[in-house]
Amino acid sequence: MISTQSFKKFKPLIFLAIIFPSLLWSYQFINGSLGVNPIEKLMDNMGKMALRLIVLTLFISSLSEFKNFRFFIEIRRMIGLFAFFYVSCHFLTYIVLDHFFDITFIFKDIIKRPFITFGFLSFVLLIPLVLTSPKKILKKIGYKVWKKIHYLIYSAAILSSVHFYMLVRANKIEPAIYIFLILVLLIYRLYYKIILPRLVR
Amino acid sequence: MKIFSSEITPYKHYINRRKFIKSSLAAGLVLGTSTTIQANHSSNQNIYANQVDENDSLNSFEEITTYNNFYEFGMGKTDPSENSSNFNPKPWSINLEGLINNPQVLDLENLLQKIAIEDRVYRLRCVEAWSMVIPWQGFPLSELIKIADPLSSAKFIQFVTVFRPDEMPGQKRRLLPWPYVEGLRMDEAMHPLTILSTGLYGHDLLNQSGAPLRLVVPWKYGFKSIKSISSIRFVDKQPEATWSMLAPSEYGFYSNVNNFVDHPRWSQGTERRIGEFKRRKTLMFNGYEEEVSHLYSGMDLRKYY
Repeated sequence: MISTQSFKKFKPLIFLAIIFPSLLWSYQFINGSLGVNPIEKLMDNMGKMALRLIVLTLFISSLSEFKNFRFFIEIRRMIGLFAFFYVSCHFLTYIVLDHFFDITFIFKDIIKRPFITFGFLSFVLLIPLVLTSPKKILKKIGYKVWKKIHYLIYSAAILSSVHFYMLVRANKIEPAIYIFLILVLLIYRLYYKIILPRLVR
Repeated sequence: MKIFSSEITPYKHYINRRKFIKSSLAAGLVLGTSTTIQANHSSNQNIYANQVDENDSLNSFEEITTYNNFYEFGMGKTDPSENSSNFNPKPWSINLEGLINNPQVLDLENLLQKIAIEDRVYRLRCVEAWSMVIPWQGFPLSELIKIADPLSSAKFIQFVTVFRPDEMPGQKRRLLPWPYVEGLRMDEAMHPLTILSTGLYGHDLLNQSGAPLRLVVPWKYGFKSIKSISSIRFVDKQPEATWSMLAPSEYGFYSNVNNFVDHPRWSQGTERRIGEFKRRKTLMFNGYEEEVSHLYSGMDLRKYY
């Protein structure tokens, strides 16, 4: 069994591994080696990475409840913050590179196109999680309130996976896998946290 | 400009047939001269210069042939260029069938002996809000329609892409209902802008571009320009078209480039020209309004999108 303490040593490595793709893609973008439509590619890559990290945090939450995997909780916050980092890169690519600060257009786009509405809402819902991520704030507001706020991750996860699902034209297998995983993790959590305690009582 | 010499396998006599067309089309599209110019098979962009509209510049051969939507070879934009090497477009035959006086199986090589190949520089606007400017070689679809000699009851034409799952890996999966089909109304098909293309930049079409024969309808979204055509059917009713069958609320039968009809996924008001940073305004009928709008006079294009 890996102890939390020894797992901490891997944190810098995990940090590097997760930040690496964003650096690579930025380099490729500048370098002109991100294909013929680099803006689209950059936006897609950042978005997919964000969604994978969101699913990963959910997975870590459920997995770390098991004794043998408790150490995973050590990296949950980092993964969560990285998910927001990638969501921000994705959104910034859309604002700056795709639409070059055409704010009126972007505003209309968010309202008009459901898939963009969903993506935007997901981004907004992640903000309170980021703001309450420092340990100081957790202590200030108390674990119960903190936990309630952080359940927003499930709404954000569903919204962003549906955002992806609606965007894809034909082969919807990849986004469907994310939706499926998120639902499984959500149902598992609901069962253990809400339904089971009531049954036992 | 890279020339993929290994892939240049011109049709016989192509060089002799190929000449710039004497413009019978509206000015602005083809500002051609009447000179017959010997073709050269380089990708020298200058030879197309007099056909490129003022605000456009040609996309490179590499851009045109590495960024494709051709689900028969996979869903990603680079899949068609990466997964199409097993496709064999020669020899090729086309079934002409349906309401015509001359149903037949046409051998493409034979057909091309008889038909003059022209240069056409067209904008291509994808429904996904990106666009390119492409120097095609081909011939008006109307020439083939004349050979088929349709009955007066033939009101529409349906085109069918070849079905060869062994050579087209995308067809092994049910990404779309195969084979891909598309359609045009007879007057759209007869329009002088509508061509069947056999090449671009002076090469035969590469497999990822729809070798050996594809439709090009420049005022419609790119998915109407069906690739690797194996059958052409003349019918009396509006035929099925793959995308409009799959999602009728998103893709209409007509699918004219129309900045006033929005798509749930993509704004059709602007587009990204491949190779450019800032988006451009999308032009009605992709800038071919003058030439084609009469086809739709009296039609509510919001309803018939």
